[in-house]
Amino acid sequence: MANEVCLRNLDQDRPWLLKRYQAAGGYEVLSRILKENTPPDEIIEEVKASGLRGRGGAGFPTGLKWSFIARNAPGQKYVVCNSDEGEPGTFKDRDILRYNPHQLIEGMIIAGYAIGATVGYNYIRGEFWEPYRRFEDALEEARAAGFLGKNLLGSGFDFQLHSHLGAGAYICGEETALLESIEGKKGQPRYKPPFPAHFGLYGRPTIINNTESLASIPVILEKGGSWFKKLGVENSGGSKLFSISGHINNPGVFEIPLGTPFSELLEMAGGMKEGSKMKAVIPGGSSAPVIPGDQMMDLTMDYDAIAKAGSMLGSGAVIVMDDSTCMVKVLERMSYFYHEESCGQCTPCREGTGWLYRVVSRIENGKGRPEDLALLDDMTVKIAGRTICALGDAAAMPVQGMLKHYRDEFEYHIEHKRCMTGG
Amino acid sequence: MGFKNAPMTSAKPVEDKAKLFSSEICSEIDRWIGKFPEQWRQSAVMAALQVVQDDNGGYLTQELMDKVAAYLEMPPVSVYEVATFYSMYELKPVGRHKVCVCTNVSCMINGSDRIVEHMEKKLGIKLGETTGDGRYTLKEVECLGACGGAPMFQIGNKYYENLTTELVDSILEGLE
Ligand SMILES: Cc1cc2nc3c(=O)[nH]c(=O)nc-3n(C[C@H](O)[C@H](O)[C@H](O)COP(=O)(O)O)c2cc1C
Ligand code: SF4
Ligand code: FES
Repeated sequence: MANEVCLRNLDQDRPWLLKRYQAAGGYEVLSRILKENTPPDEIIEEVKASGLRGRGGAGFPTGLKWSFIARNAPGQKYVVCNSDEGEPGTFKDRDILRYNPHQLIEGMIIAGYAIGATVGYNYIRGEFWEPYRRFEDALEEARAAGFLGKNLLGSGFDFQLHSHLGAGAYICGEETALLESIEGKKGQPRYKPPFPAHFGLYGRPTIINNTESLASIPVILEKGGSWFKKLGVENSGGSKLFSISGHINNPGVFEIPLGTPFSELLEMAGGMKEGSKMKAVIPGGSSAPVIPGDQMMDLTMDYDAIAKAGSMLGSGAVIVMDDSTCMVKVLERMSYFYHEESCGQCTPCREGTGWLYRVVSRIENGKGRPEDLALLDDMTVKIAGRTICALGDAAAMPVQGMLKHYRDEFEYHIEHKRCMTGG
Repeated sequence: MGFKNAPMTSAKPVEDKAKLFSSEICSEIDRWIGKFPEQWRQSAVMAALQVVQDDNGGYLTQELMDKVAAYLEMPPVSVYEVATFYSMYELKPVGRHKVCVCTNVSCMINGSDRIVEHMEKKLGIKLGETTGDGRYTLKEVECLGACGGAPMFQIGNKYYENLTTELVDSILEGLE
């Protein structure tokens, strides 16, 4: 079974239109909640029961996050959606925005109702013009139909929703950097605690969730938390969108139950390209340590299985590489990325990412020194866990993964001043 | 940062804001201001910079940034900080068509190097440069969230995916 939650409407003609969404039962859950005045705690309990874990990368339980908000405390609260989608390899939220924007809108309104927030923002990365236009059109439709604005469907509950556009910065995907960015500042992460649930947007209690997490909500509430949970496996409730790319025939976004064997996902994606043999897989976006292909073929796509193999499911971005791929070159490119995107606040990250890049780059370019690998090992330890946000860890983890599984390739590069793969 | 946060207000509010920009630009910026709490006009700074950049042929000048600061009642330095932090703002003139080519991992292993090399040769410029006639700028960018269509680039608001050198030729030739 595939496409049961966020992409359940993909088979329809122009599925992004309100009338299509409604014809398939869209906004019925919201209408029922508003009509019956469902107690917010019931909604949060249902989300907890679903086992939904944040789809933005960290996998934090969504229901638990919502329960941290003091709903009855006075003053404004906010719901923020993270559509910054910048983790290399990830391209799933773009499809939700393009093909199922109303389900995200409905999810955000319900989230607002559950935590007592009357305003929401969807932070869309600046390059996503087409998805942004789609989302804006959907907002217009939802406003005209009375799903947004004052006194929704006569319930007394108000909810207004706006989109915000980024302008090119991976770090704005980090939740507190994103909030700073909406506040009209450089996107530099804040110290935590305090967490956004206490001190979020404009200093007010805020929940921030990934696009896919929020778009899953209406279906979870329609079919029930236990239905959703049972789609997946222990500790990994539900289905999830996987963005799969690389040396495969049919790259794309596939929504499949968590716990599906990787081999099945690979098959859906058309298998390896003609004549190429799988070498390695990055299972959860470029921050996730690489896993050798043979090992990957025995794994299932869920949080625990991938963690046990020493990596992480992250955003569900799967990059498949064949045996022509030079791991040193791949790591050089990744290290360049983290160096480019470091916001510069913390010394270990600002200096360390540049240093990582320069060392990997000199190995790639035939100027590596025998002591370089020990140096890289040491640097990753000195960056990880010593920074304000997780970008430092994200830069260190791929280096550790590469050196664990492909150390011989790096040694070969240093010794022979060229690549083992001939690439 | 930390436990306090208040908007950064400028010392000398400008009286006649409507004179800073054309009425279309003012109303577009006002539409963005309307999305945020009243005292947080500065939340519109990113959108405002984008709007004035588009209107100015794709780049920002100090004069324009100062006007945005005045319009939003922000200190100019706060606007410069934003304009220099995000990669989509340009602080120098760019070509009529800014070709933003992704070279991150999925695109790289699917041949973005070949695409870059082809364009560099065809246009006679390197990444980061603009052609003498002001038509094209080549810019290297990070993952644009379209890796399923690797290799890819963005020109203006549009994504072009599954690029081949032939496709690149026809896309570039099809632009005005
Ligand atoms: C450097 C960095 C980049 C991130 N980028 C994204 C992103 O693009 N999209 C996203 O949803 N979460 C991203 N996150 C995770 C967010 O900080 C946050 O955990 C998430 O939006 C919470 O939503 P969720 O619980 O629904 O996953 C990023 C985190 C870090 C440290
Ligand atoms: S870890 Fe890096 S990106 Fe994160 S706050 Fe520190 S310097 Fe900025
Ligand atoms: S790597 Fe090029 S779009 Fe993601």
